[in-house]
Amino acid sequence: MGYEFDFSSVLTDQYIDWLISGVRITLLLTAGAWIIAFVIAVVLAVLRATNFRPAVWLVAVFVEVHQNIPLLVQVLFWYFAMPELLPEAWRDWLVRNNSEFILAMIAIAMCTAAYMSEALRSGLRAVPVTQYEAGRSFGFNYLQTMSYIVVPQALRLSVPPMVNHSLLLFKNTSIAMAIGVHELTYQTRQIDSDTFRTFEVFLVATGLYLVLSFIIMFVGNLIERRFSMGTR
Amino acid sequence: MIRFDKVNKWYGPQLKVLNEVTAEVKKGEVVVVCGPSGSGKTTLIRTINRLEPIDSGSITVNGTDAHSSKNNVNTLRRDIGFVFQQFNLFPHMSVLNNITLAPRKLRGMSRAAAEEKARELLDRVGLADKAEAYPAQLSGGQSQRVAIARSLAMDPPIILFDEPTSALDPEMVGEVLAVMKGLATTGITMMCVTHEMGFARDVADRVWFLDKGNLLEDAKPDEFFSNPTHPRAQRFLADLRH
Repeated sequence: MGYEFDFSSVLTDQYIDWLISGVRITLLLTAGAWIIAFVIAVVLAVLRATNFRPAVWLVAVFVEVHQNIPLLVQVLFWYFAMPELLPEAWRDWLVRNNSEFILAMIAIAMCTAAYMSEALRSGLRAVPVTQYEAGRSFGFNYLQTMSYIVVPQALRLSVPPMVNHSLLLFKNTSIAMAIGVHELTYQTRQIDSDTFRTFEVFLVATGLYLVLSFIIMFVGNLIERRFSMGTR
Repeated sequence: MIRFDKVNKWYGPQLKVLNEVTAEVKKGEVVVVCGPSGSGKTTLIRTINRLEPIDSGSITVNGTDAHSSKNNVNTLRRDIGFVFQQFNLFPHMSVLNNITLAPRKLRGMSRAAAEEKARELLDRVGLADKAEAYPAQLSGGQSQRVAIARSLAMDPPIILFDEPTSALDPEMVGEVLAVMKGLATTGITMMCVTHEMGFARDVADRVWFLDKGNLLEDAKPDEFFSNPTHPRAQRFLADLRH
């Protein structure tokens, strides 16, 4: 064991700046993809709940495709293949506006949406039919019953799996480095190839990922407690 | 107030659950519906607010045809309180919000007015101290009393009970029946499916006996209990005494 730790060479001002900007991009990617994923997931779950055959079928295909193809492949597909289908003006706009970031965000969001929609769907199915019936018995119509009674309960029931998927989403942002998004893992590799202090810099990155994961878990816990249905 | 006219209902082609049911509940009356399990009691009470569709005949509630597609089912249901066997309180809301939800959203009542009324109702069912509690913190008997208060919040002229004490531990049946007895004296029209024959004897104006979808008896409680006319009802009462 002749290895000598040398953190000072990876924690220079310049490298700290790189790490900070990496964390910033990682968080932006997480937040942006989360919002898109959540919106799409809600739409998918609602479509699936309509029992309208073509809609149900379409959602099922979307979910299966995104759950059964490696995320790396999806990211590469969005980055290299999708722009080919776009009109030239759009492609130019993308290139001028940080296309790696945008396309990575969309790819990760689509994949996460597939998982989240399943979490929301199981939440919807876990609300007993009798709750729906009770709402209707007061004279609430379908939409009122769904929005005051069924959906709020479904959302509460899906908080734990949603927190899991948010955490996975956060960790999956590291895959964006494959198409050159300057997120935390990308910056870590940069510092590594600059300094050859592989162990130290990855240890720092590990610490950063852990801290951020714990923050997400903590927030998830707060939400879970805030919205529990008093069953503890 | 509620009139059944030749009501028929099948579950599938084989099973007829309601057979030519014709009867009437007058304004302010308390009617207890009894009968063996599978006789159609619950189905019958659920047809009144159209939770169950019927196949033929008609049900008139307060002058309107309850099953006509021309009449808005939601408007109809606002005036009919319904108390379920399993309470069906909304678990994500406090007791107070459970009670105020319908009056606020459907009658446009202000939150303050709705809460004042809710607290009065909670007081009436003996649960004034539970306003802020959540359903999971209540016992079965307390839950059912909240459910009754919740139904009354819409000021319905009619209230229906579907086996309100069947899901309760025996020691909690009394507290719910007491609330229902109190309610019966207020002039509200009540219909109640129950196996509590003591309640039927003490509180009901009329007792209906249902078997295999047929309404076999429609009598005053003392007539029904002392001198049932139909042999099936006689056997039912004899079995109860064991």
